Amino acid sequence: MELRKSYFADQRKDGLHEIGQGRPRLDSPGHVTGKTAYFADRNFPNMLHLKMVRSPHHHARIRSIDTSEAEKHPGVVKILTAKDVPHNVYTILILIQIGPEDETVLADGKVRWKGEAVVAVLAETERAAQEAAAKIKVDYEVLPAVFDMEEALKPGAPLVNEYHGQNYYLYDSGECRKVRFGDVEAGFAEADHILEQSYQSSPIEHAPTETTGCVVVPEGNDRFTCYTNTQAMFFTLDNASIILQMPGSKLHFVGGTVGGGFGGKVDVIVEPIAILGAKLTGRPVCFIYSREEEMQISSPRAAEKVVIKDGVMKDGRIVARKVTGYTDAGAYSRHSPYGAQKGAAHYPGPYTIPNVWIDTYCVYTNRTPSSAMRGFGVTIGDFALEVQMDKLARLIGMDPLEFRFINAYRDGDMKAHRQPTEGAALIECMQEASRAADWPVAEKFMAMSSYTKGA
Amino acid sequence: MAIRRGRGVAAINYPTGMNLGGDPTQALVHSTPTGNFMVTLSSVDLGQGLKQIMAQICAETIGVPTDRVIIDTADTDTGPHCMGTFASRGTHRAGNAVIQAAKEARQVMLEVAAEELEVNASDLETDGEGNILVKGAPQKSISIFDVALSAHFKRGRSISGRGMFLIPRSYPEKETGAMKPSTCYAHACTVAEVEVDDETGEVTVLTVKNIFEIGRALNPRMVEQQLVGGSWMGISHALYETTEPYYPNRDHGGTDFNQYLMPGPGDLAETEIIVLERPSADGPYGAKGPGEMCANPQIPAVANAVFDAVGVRIDTLPITPERILRALKAQSAN
Repeated sequence: MELRKSYFADQRKDGLHEIGQGRPRLDSPGHVTGKTAYFADRNFPNMLHLKMVRSPHHHARIRSIDTSEAEKHPGVVKILTAKDVPHNVYTILILIQIGPEDETVLADGKVRWKGEAVVAVLAETERAAQEAAAKIKVDYEVLPAVFDMEEALKPGAPLVNEYHGQNYYLYDSGECRKVRFGDVEAGFAEADHILEQSYQSSPIEHAPTETTGCVVVPEGNDRFTCYTNTQAMFFTLDNASIILQMPGSKLHFVGGTVGGGFGGKVDVIVEPIAILGAKLTGRPVCFIYSREEEMQISSPRAAEKVVIKDGVMKDGRIVARKVTGYTDAGAYSRHSPYGAQKGAAHYPGPYTIPNVWIDTYCVYTNRTPSSAMRGFGVTIGDFALEVQMDKLARLIGMDPLEFRFINAYRDGDMKAHRQPTEGAALIECMQEASRAADWPVAEKFMAMSSYTKGA
Repeated sequence: MAIRRGRGVAAINYPTGMNLGGDPTQALVHSTPTGNFMVTLSSVDLGQGLKQIMAQICAETIGVPTDRVIIDTADTDTGPHCMGTFASRGTHRAGNAVIQAAKEARQVMLEVAAEELEVNASDLETDGEGNILVKGAPQKSISIFDVALSAHFKRGRSISGRGMFLIPRSYPEKETGAMKPSTCYAHACTVAEVEVDDETGEVTVLTVKNIFEIGRALNPRMVEQQLVGGSWMGISHALYETTEPYYPNRDHGGTDFNQYLMPGPGDLAETEIIVLERPSADGPYGAKGPGEMCANPQIPAVANAVFDAVGVRIDTLPITPERILRALKAQSAN
């Protein structure tokens, strides 16, 4: 790695004592010698293991649940179903007033995706919990499922989630989050060329080294200590408090050393049910995802579809951009309404375009609920935007890098969401890329600056 | 049939912190009797090194070496609230809270030193090595060790401080979408070179040159580890990863690392990282959040390089050999 100190030197104070110094990490000796303690290194006498019975169907009504055989299985201590969860229907973003509550801790009457948690089994050993889980009989009436976002949005599509009432998240702005800037139709009318293209991604797994999990210990003082690898301590504690209808003062969360997150550990899934198990049995409980659960049960990055329509002039200026983004939330909201909204704020990318129209939808389908992941709401949008930029440049016979200089945002430029650009540095990154990759561009572009509209 | 070479470019920006703000983080700082400094947080270290960075920020602000700072996180019985480690917010939000707390503690420390040295606190400075000096008369000094002892056992002062950082929440206007999503943005430009085997559809990423503008590299070696890792993840997203290879079909999802494809060490490109620093107006020592954006530009850069190599557009991720071969077949049919 090289630091190019010549850029923005006038804005920076170098020569500090600790900042800017490549000090060795104080925690790395522990990491590389195996001495760092993670939550799963905690082991307690009489600890129980929790395993979930999961839905084998994408969408089904639950007619009945028979736990009688499982209860007789050696080592089984407790079996939990929906009726045991004090506040079973929840949504995590309720803490920042983004509702409605739309998800069950344990399925109640219905499952909406293959893998949904239906019954929790607590047993002396992991094996006993697994074996007992296999003995639980759930009688399902399979319902029609919908997997495709376009199908889900059509009238008459199977309704995924009754708490929403339609297969999209209803924002205060309606069926999508909107950005309207300038007059996009006038821009298209004025353009020399129009290019409309569609981009698609599929779900992606965070693949942390350490799978999601927690260990809960009932303390002598009527409190519960939860050792967890959550990425957000109080967010998880406060949601657990709501789900369990238990004062937050009864909960003590310990964490902070996590073997990889990438956004995969911001849902509140394992902690509430493990605390409930510890409360009802009076014994320590551990609930740790298997690798299979981490890959197919825990929320992935959402699949997204992005449709971009651009109007471009022969001289390289983009004069209109219309983006329609679809985020596949799966069966429940989790963080997806936030992610789709973040996409609306991100488009049209780091470019100054006078006419912009953005609609972003959060769509429900019968698949594993998606949620946050590194680059949430933006990563797939950037893939779409930057492939589109390449296509536009080639369409007008211009060098793709030079084309980006012509449209790059600079300090003071008004963004589509009506904030003036501050602290821009796209131009300088591209200038350095031109040098480093030996990709020459015209001298006028190398003379540009993010500071001013000059050049 | 041939191995064809191509290159592609992509340029991006990325916001720091939760979209629309409203995501607070607090920090507490106090000195031990011998002048070590304890930072108490509830922020989570995901392996990226949050604890180390918070220690360096506290050390710089107080004026002591980093090894005099201890980070205590994340215990909800002791640590004040942090919204969490996500949205590229850890360094920016928690760092600002630590600075505010450390400044308050530093002020008490200087007041105690001033009493010991019989000067005004405003005439004092720290040397960054654990001493407090009189400006212009450095021979007149006192160690922070002695200041902390004095504060505890003689003067009855608590060298401590409270820090809180909050960007007030913005609410999007319904019809126009007018809003304030973020206060600072990191930037990147990536050039990728690939080889595509037009017989097998296999893509080999030869080189990735990443230029990242991240506000301020608080610890350049840790910045490097994060940016290199991110660049690899970008390649992985571009060419390999998905839990549903035939989305929207639910079948064929991987359940372990044998089935879920990711690049191995031999599949990773020669990676070059160049960092620019345009300090953000509200970042701790100018830092922005580079944690997420560093994995983004490689994806379109690789996609554009594949087109440059073989003349087909793969607009669906991941760009698998199967998709490339199908596109090549369709291309030759036309």
